[in-house]
Amino acid sequence: MTKFLNNSKVWVSGYIHSIESSDLSSFAVFGGLVIIGIIFQIANRNFLTPLNLANLMAQISAIGILSVGIVLVLLIGEIDLSVGAVSGATAAILAVLATTYRVPSLLAILIAILVGFLIGVSHGYFVAKIHVPSFIVTLAGLLVWQGVQLLVLGNTGTINLRDPLIISIANTLIPPWLGWLIAIVAVLVVIYSTFRGRRRREQAGLSLQPMSMVVSRLLLISLGILIGVGIMNIDRNRLAQGEPIQGVPSAVLIFIGFVVVFDIITRYTVFGRHIYTVGGNIEAARRASINVDSVRIWVFALCSAIAACGGIVFASRLIAVNYGSGGGDVLLNAIAAAVIGGTSLFGGRGSTWSALLGALIIGSINNGMDLLSFPSSVKYIVTGLVLLLAVILDSISREQRKRAGKA
Amino acid sequence: MEQPDKTPILQTLGISKKFGAVLALQDVDFEVYAGEVVGLVGDNGAGKSTLVKVISGVHEADSGEIFFEGRHVKITQPRDSTDLGIETVYQDLALCDNLDVVGNLFIGRESTNFSIPRLKGISWLDETAMEKRAISLLKELHVPIPSVRNVIASMSGGQRQSVAVARSVMWNSKVVLLDEPTAALGVEQTRQVVNLILKLKERNLGVVVISHNLEEIFGFTDRVIVLRLGRRTATFNTKTTRPEQVVAAITGVE
Repeated sequence: MTKFLNNSKVWVSGYIHSIESSDLSSFAVFGGLVIIGIIFQIANRNFLTPLNLANLMAQISAIGILSVGIVLVLLIGEIDLSVGAVSGATAAILAVLATTYRVPSLLAILIAILVGFLIGVSHGYFVAKIHVPSFIVTLAGLLVWQGVQLLVLGNTGTINLRDPLIISIANTLIPPWLGWLIAIVAVLVVIYSTFRGRRRREQAGLSLQPMSMVVSRLLLISLGILIGVGIMNIDRNRLAQGEPIQGVPSAVLIFIGFVVVFDIITRYTVFGRHIYTVGGNIEAARRASINVDSVRIWVFALCSAIAACGGIVFASRLIAVNYGSGGGDVLLNAIAAAVIGGTSLFGGRGSTWSALLGALIIGSINNGMDLLSFPSSVKYIVTGLVLLLAVILDSISREQRKRAGKA
Repeated sequence: MEQPDKTPILQTLGISKKFGAVLALQDVDFEVYAGEVVGLVGDNGAGKSTLVKVISGVHEADSGEIFFEGRHVKITQPRDSTDLGIETVYQDLALCDNLDVVGNLFIGRESTNFSIPRLKGISWLDETAMEKRAISLLKELHVPIPSVRNVIASMSGGQRQSVAVARSVMWNSKVVLLDEPTAALGVEQTRQVVNLILKLKERNLGVVVISHNLEEIFGFTDRVIVLRLGRRTATFNTKTTRPEQVVAAITGVE
């Protein structure tokens, strides 16, 4: 019994300590999301309905995908201001290839993503090898790729997409049975890997988290996944007639897919560890013989490739690509989402789940204010203030950590 | 104590290094034997850090030669140095604030499961193995760290220094260079680090310690080498020397 208590004490105090010194922002963000949900639900009882929530999730998915790429760049302590323009330019390339040149849609999609990747390689090259600050390189990129987008679209300006594959990317609803299947598989995978990891630690003689903590955490995650899918599987057709509208929107699945895949890469692979190392102390990484140039170039390449994917989802939702694709709020919202969700601007801290959390917050604010018929002016001001709050919290955490370090 | 006829584990001959118009090192011969602790002292700008950085591969010497275990070797980048078994603990510690103790101990040398030979990047991290090794090493070295999963940012100066020094013995090292390891530490923490350094000596490593603090140096070194304005000016046997003699050599008063 004493051993259990001692173990719990060490784990809980370690956890609390880590909260005090670095996760203040994460808790605040999640709390913020809950508060937003409550406020808007009180103001307009349509907020937390399946129809609205499903729409909300679909709306934030494309920006959320871009935000995942931004998280990677922020983790190494850099910034990418070109993601909006890259998403638009690569979508334009996709549209022209698929419609004008009748390239098979799958090939066109792959080419567009490849172009995005190569764009990112060029950014990374200038940052890592020529030592130009990423702010400048990607600002130049923003202008250049925007120009390329206009060039590619030519005089017509708008290209309507007709290919069924491309259109289906963001306009399909995952049938409920499939949604449930994916959810259940996901839950099982999480449970399995948690216990497998635990067994490995046990065999190695390492300390274990108290079972109660493990179970409650697993329960929370499983319920989250199942409830999320469940809400979106409820029939949300408000009309008296017609087919039931149910199922997870495909764009949402793609978004979550990106979040999960890159979370796995950043937290469980050597490359991912190197990203955090470079972001934490690039000189230490260099002295440990990590190829920091390679890490930086890969990160920029991935960010732009991911931006291309986001651009494709945007195009699919609109069923068209035009001069404005990737423009407007796209860049700012993508960066704001990553930062609001908890990824530090200073590098080395954060995860791809920030993209999800931040996109949800920005999306909820926008959606909620739309339901209340607030003008754009208010939306802008509120979103800006929330972003400022998030960065302030990040700064405070940083100061706390520094002070704790000097103890 | 080393015998005069034994080969030094690490030796430099005639190392020179220039930064622009500044001659940081001029024709420096240096040697350290296995199982001894050598103090490298000198005033500011004497070239101590530069010499260490040349040996650790951060800077490349303009001229001169380096010998390791009697063999001539070429050190042009950090990897050359660590491949030989030379580990360096820099003055700024080269730790990542955002990683925990385990993460810092394994920077650049992460243990993996399922690695694909040419694509080391996408190998799976083996956290369990790394944590196990970290715990056993710190225990061996009597380094008191409450939890290896604590983030470095939240640890005291002495603990951070201990982690940095512990890291230098994880990798079959034969020589460890420490640049001002106790500079920012209090009395108790200094004692901790000095004990750690003596443990390195026990393991028959060649240890080089740069320090400003002569009193301290006399407490745990076997020999003291003095650099002045980029040149080696004196060598002392700690047991048979008085501190004033060393001070005189450092400041150049004869």
